[in-house]
Amino acid sequence: MATLMDRVITSKAAVLEGSRAIAEAVRLCRPQVISAYPITPQTHVVEALAQMVADGALKAEFVNVESEHSAASVVLGASATGARVYTASSSQGIALMSEVLFNIAGLRLPVVLTCANRALSSPLNIWNDQQDSLSVRDAGWVQLYVEDNQEAVDTHLQAYAIAEDRRVLLPTMVCADGFLLTHTYEPVIVPTQEEVDAFLPPYRPQHYLTPDKPLTMGAFADPEYYMESRYLLDRALERSQAVIEDAAQRFNRAFGRHYGGLLDTLHMEGARTAVVAMGSVVATLRDVVSGLRDDGHAVGLVKVRSFRPFPKDALRSALRDVDRVLVLERALSPGGVGILAAEVRAVLQGQPRQPAVSAFVAGLGGRDIPVETLQALIARAQDEAVEQGFADLKAELVEEGDEDES
Amino acid sequence: MKLIPGLVALPGTSRANKTGSWRIERPLFLHQKCNGCRLCDWCCPEGIVSGQGKLFDCDFDYCKGCGICAEVCPVDDIVMQVEER
Amino acid sequence: MKTRVEPAPELLSPGHTACRGCGLLVAARLALQAAGPRVIVANATGCLEITTSKFPQSSWNVPWIHSLFENTAAVASGVEAALKALGRQAEARVIAQAGDGGTADIGLQSLSGMLERGHDVLYICYDNEAYMNTGIQRSSLTPLGARTSTTPPGALSWGEVRTKKDMPAIAAAHGIPYVATASIAYPPDLVKKVKRALGIRGPKYLQVHSSCPLGWGHDSSLSIRVARLAVQTGLYPLYEVINGQLTNVKRLSYRSPVAAYLKPQRRFEHLFKPGGEALLAQVQALANANAAKYGFPPVTEGAEAEDSD
Repeated sequence: MATLMDRVITSKAAVLEGSRAIAEAVRLCRPQVISAYPITPQTHVVEALAQMVADGALKAEFVNVESEHSAASVVLGASATGARVYTASSSQGIALMSEVLFNIAGLRLPVVLTCANRALSSPLNIWNDQQDSLSVRDAGWVQLYVEDNQEAVDTHLQAYAIAEDRRVLLPTMVCADGFLLTHTYEPVIVPTQEEVDAFLPPYRPQHYLTPDKPLTMGAFADPEYYMESRYLLDRALERSQAVIEDAAQRFNRAFGRHYGGLLDTLHMEGARTAVVAMGSVVATLRDVVSGLRDDGHAVGLVKVRSFRPFPKDALRSALRDVDRVLVLERALSPGGVGILAAEVRAVLQGQPRQPAVSAFVAGLGGRDIPVETLQALIARAQDEAVEQGFADLKAELVEEGDEDES
Repeated sequence: MKLIPGLVALPGTSRANKTGSWRIERPLFLHQKCNGCRLCDWCCPEGIVSGQGKLFDCDFDYCKGCGICAEVCPVDDIVMQVEER
Repeated sequence: MKTRVEPAPELLSPGHTACRGCGLLVAARLALQAAGPRVIVANATGCLEITTSKFPQSSWNVPWIHSLFENTAAVASGVEAALKALGRQAEARVIAQAGDGGTADIGLQSLSGMLERGHDVLYICYDNEAYMNTGIQRSSLTPLGARTSTTPPGALSWGEVRTKKDMPAIAAAHGIPYVATASIAYPPDLVKKVKRALGIRGPKYLQVHSSCPLGWGHDSSLSIRVARLAVQTGLYPLYEVINGQLTNVKRLSYRSPVAAYLKPQRRFEHLFKPGGEALLAQVQALANANAAKYGFPPVTEGAEAEDSD
């Protein structure tokens, strides 16, 4: 029976808030258990799903929990029992559930989570950067970063296909910039249920909790077994590179939309300087880089779509011929360098051609990253020595040497 | 043995671990005054006392020799003896 | 003991590495046998988990999952939600189990959520009154006067200065249909309570007093006797709270002085040294207060006779 929602939103463009578009995508994936705890800017996603369940448009158990730690734990238990599950969070919520995130990956449960990327406290800040998901990069999850709301919708469909693939069996996090995507209205094509069912078959768990075949899940491993267990997790993430590419290709064949698999490139043919970035800033960078190309600058763009697994070979190949790289990122490893920048430098180590890598932290805590800033950073990256720092820092707020010495 | 992703373990496999080697004392079921109350069975942490009617004994592959069975026996039909190896 | 039971199928296999005379394993084995094979168990980190699930071995013959220390109630909630969503509710009853620390301290929030949301889960707290798995540190269910490795008696200290948190009352305050206390010293009572709880839809909370020879400092053979004395002194009343009504309080035909319970345990030995009298009197006062609340008889000096069930 067609629901009201099916009639309103068919496989053609509708102008939707990003959160609502993500919720539509999740609904189409037919999750059986959803659990979440509210946190800005994730709330609109789970509110929309709660309404769908309330309206009967989505047949699922919706478990309202008392914390993100429990949200992750509920979907852990439900996934271990054989259900397709979904949760979403952001910022402090990701930090609070981080213990469970590691556990879910170790148990090899194909949970799908939307991270509405937001800054971490302190100071408290509800606006966008990517510190939250990047801080749990080592949890063992696949992490996919999207640049616009259509990609957000389509990547959720792919996320279940990747997570549940027998070669992978890993939780998958779809990272969408908070507010910039989650609260922005854009025309979005929402696929039909038939299309999604054809792309994503029902989840058939291999091992799950049932008295018909009692198994022990979550046994502890002493030094004799722990390393091998972690090795298998690492291998599965490596293997997932091919599955992510497959899913993107298969999606393209089914829906005619493609965002790259592990990464995407723009104007990299003949580029001497490459900009590397993740998330919604990539959409802006497409215009900036295209403009510079039109003006005769040999500049290209690499969007890292999959941060975990990190696309080592694909990135080496994309940056094979450039002299200079500018990494732009919305996160920080205080006292270290940028998180993405460190990873980019690491994969370039030992390559025959070693580009100079500049790295800038930009747009923390919701600070706008204007086109002019991007243009200026790219210009400097093209011309000057390797630089590293914060873009658009307000020097007058942080000048050193005039501290009160009383 | 190949590891199953998620380190799934199979049921009841701890039977491979013969904890009888821990034993310093061993229970002797005298089979004289037993009233069949099964307290020795109920109160065994290992779950290895078995029997029917008034004939009970335990599995010495696993008995750790804690002495609970002898202690709870209301008719003193179980006694602890020093383990001789 | 008059109840006769048939040998049950082995649901918790031997070969586990619990200490000699472990009261917790007595409790867990009885609870599982009462529940039967059609269950799914979520288990918190702790002695029960670590002694029964050392990969590649497992003592469990029922579907069993361990995730973390504090999230067991939430994991069980997820299991139950999945059974419901998948139309598999008839397949299994859901049990969550944890120790006193995993329940009353680090897991309290997650437990409260599970109880409040009304999940059809039996939550069993095995109460051995300290963090035994990490080396006998104090929990909020450690009793007054007890020595633990983080409440050591010393020149300025007489051990634990706080009384046990009333965890069953906290559980009952959620308005759930069934709350009960039990003890390994009364196996038929424990079995009956597990069966009764599993016959009720909705959240259930059962707290089982389980002795720990290592942590309490008594001989391994005395696990049942010591646990029985906790009940007989009035320090650990056994009761049910069904739909909010206190009921089925286990009657005592006589009441032993608390010293009879405390003396066999090294965790209380400082109470019997010069200067310990005041604290000993406080513990006795707790038992007396329970007696007044639950209708136990006055202390019979020197009484440690066998009781009936």
